[in-house]
Amino acid sequence: MKKRLMSLLLLAGLLCAVLTGCGDGSAEETPEDRAAANAITVGIAQDLDDSLDPHKTVKAGTREVMFNVFEGLMKPTPDGDLTPAIAENYTVSEDHKTYTFTLREGVKFHNGDTVTAEDVVYSINRCAAATETGIVQVEAFSVIEAVEAVDERTVTITISEPSNEFISYLTTAVLPADYTEQDTAPVGTGPFRFVSRTAQDSIVLERFEDYWGTPAQLDKVTLKIIENADSLMMSLQSGAIDLCSHLTSTQVDQLGDDFTVAEGTMNLVQALYLNNAVAPFDDVRVRQALSYAVDKQGIIDLAFDGYGSPIGSSMYPAFGKYFDEDLTDYYEYNPEKAKELLAQAGYPDGFEMTITVPSNYKPHMDTAEVLVQQLAAVGVTATILPVEWESWVSDTYTGRQFQSTVVGVDAANMTARALLERFTSTYGSNFINYNSANYDALFQQALATYDDAEQTALYKAMERDLTENAANVYIQDLADLVAVRQGLEGVVFYPIYVLDLSGIHYTA
Amino acid sequence: MKHTMNGYLRAGLILSGIMTAFILLGFFWTPYDPAAMGEADKFLSPSLTHLLGTDNFGRDIFSRVLQGAGTTFLIALSTVAIGAVCGTAIGAVTGYFGGVVDEALMRVNDALTAFPSILLALVVISILGPGKKFNVVAALGLVFIPSFARVTRTAFAALRDVNYVKSARLMGASPARILLVHILPNTLPVLLPAITIGFNNAVLAEASMSFLGIGVTPPDASLGYMLSEAQSLLTAAPWYAAGTGGVIVLLVFGVGLLGEGLQRRSREVA
Repeated sequence: MKKRLMSLLLLAGLLCAVLTGCGDGSAEETPEDRAAANAITVGIAQDLDDSLDPHKTVKAGTREVMFNVFEGLMKPTPDGDLTPAIAENYTVSEDHKTYTFTLREGVKFHNGDTVTAEDVVYSINRCAAATETGIVQVEAFSVIEAVEAVDERTVTITISEPSNEFISYLTTAVLPADYTEQDTAPVGTGPFRFVSRTAQDSIVLERFEDYWGTPAQLDKVTLKIIENADSLMMSLQSGAIDLCSHLTSTQVDQLGDDFTVAEGTMNLVQALYLNNAVAPFDDVRVRQALSYAVDKQGIIDLAFDGYGSPIGSSMYPAFGKYFDEDLTDYYEYNPEKAKELLAQAGYPDGFEMTITVPSNYKPHMDTAEVLVQQLAAVGVTATILPVEWESWVSDTYTGRQFQSTVVGVDAANMTARALLERFTSTYGSNFINYNSANYDALFQQALATYDDAEQTALYKAMERDLTENAANVYIQDLADLVAVRQGLEGVVFYPIYVLDLSGIHYTA
Repeated sequence: MKHTMNGYLRAGLILSGIMTAFILLGFFWTPYDPAAMGEADKFLSPSLTHLLGTDNFGRDIFSRVLQGAGTTFLIALSTVAIGAVCGTAIGAVTGYFGGVVDEALMRVNDALTAFPSILLALVVISILGPGKKFNVVAALGLVFIPSFARVTRTAFAALRDVNYVKSARLMGASPARILLVHILPNTLPVLLPAITIGFNNAVLAEASMSFLGIGVTPPDASLGYMLSEAQSLLTAAPWYAAGTGGVIVLLVFGVGLLGEGLQRRSREVA
């Protein structure tokens, strides 16, 4: 009897959970109401629960949203360049060691104060030294020798050695000096100001009227936290949310006519990464054979409904100038050629291999399943070894105990170095054990070059080296699909993980 | 022992028979290659060409269910075999001899029972390493030993001092002979239902382990792994979850009926 009562209670509990789950859909506010108020509701999959202080934020999801609230001296543009933000312009000294920034006149913080040189010095020093607990130290700031406020609107930064990548780190948010409530009530200079956050529920942003640049077009943006993927879909369909990014092609297919789908890229190099130090992948012919055996477009069509950009080296298209399109089709799908190469390498009947995959990443699992099929066609028997993310990081990435792995590698910042340095033979995280003297030499040259065009050419030569030696079987940059309710437009994609809300607007 | 049939037993035999035939068929023949993918065949709803429809890779779900049910069935069978053989051995020794051995073994048994079974299996898998069918069997088998040990211990203890055992002992029969020849056959009314229940639990345990991603690895099909795949496609391909889940239900229901029937029969006989 007791058992029956328990199960009844459990059932009732479950039903409640299911019903309240559906309840999200019956919000009183309709898309029309929001259009009239020039407001939108955006669905996000995770709460911003680390810290709202941009210098302490560790989660990509938090940074993605707070991009609208904060700015640095410089800010990234959608095409992968930098543009002055709080700075109006800057000059670099002859020896490339002193940067002089002139601040824009009358840039206001959300609390009404004017941005001064002191605030800039405070913000950069705060990230360089990490004296406060919780501050994420910016590694590249270790070369800073001095940050000085020359006058109200001039800041000079002196660094110990020339670097043409240093400037890209000055996107670090500028905050009002000695304001202590950044954690909970953040104040920045971006096009949106932070209004409130309700834990586990929502975040509200409103247009900042005194923004120095092109003001945001929407009056108000509510970011609704919906962790469950199915509820997220239901909320889109019921009209509770207007915009949602990072959807899968399967989800997008279910949406129907109320939505348009904007397709961007995730900015990841997804590949079958091969351990170049382990047989049979220590033989370049085997690696090339696999590259011929894999049909990138086939994977994209089969597992991703055609969404995704094929790539041929460790660089993705959003990087613009560093991306070399010619490498994408360097190994055109050719199973016959693959078999030939395998035979030359001494594997006429193929071989057995394992593909380690972090199992929490569905796209990588799906890719691996298709890979197994494609490799079987040239006689290679692959088995998938699903592992948890933590063991992937410790055993595969750090420990390098693997044969091959499907994963996406991203860039920590907007530099080609972030993607390419990792395959130099002595680099600590060269997890594929890539070892090419030519590659190492090219990288040293690139580091020593200050001329941008020349450096770009060197980085491209490095990409070609990776492709020619078939360091990995490159597949694609995954698509980032954003569902946008009809009547809204203005989604732009960046080569980094952000959601820019400022350009989104109603068409009518 | 009289062979009496009851409704449960009959229904159970028929349903399990059908399921077993279905699984045996899967070992030799499937309508399509269970691993063959095709872009044009993605998300086809059930039809005469694809009885249970196709999945997100365009694979025929019926073929995969046939293959997957076989995998799941084999895992469940070996698990129960390990559990029943080891469990009965422990139960026999502890129940018949009692004393210190009984105390020691049964306390270890209690300790194992105290862990949630999936958690225990997780620990074993993490020691043996994931991704191999054998490891799943070993992990689940270990988890299933305590329940069998407990059930058989009671039966052996109850029969230890009945007259025919006493007389066998007086005639100088060895303990091994007494345990195997005289007592074991008489524990069957308890053991058989325990085996059927254990089998069902093993099917479900394999399903939950593969569902959690520590059981059978793709592209091999198992009912549990397929169910976890189906979950994310619930709205796009509801037939995927329904087909896979349905087969699990039928498999478990059939053996469950069998168990219930056996239990009732032993009560009737007694």
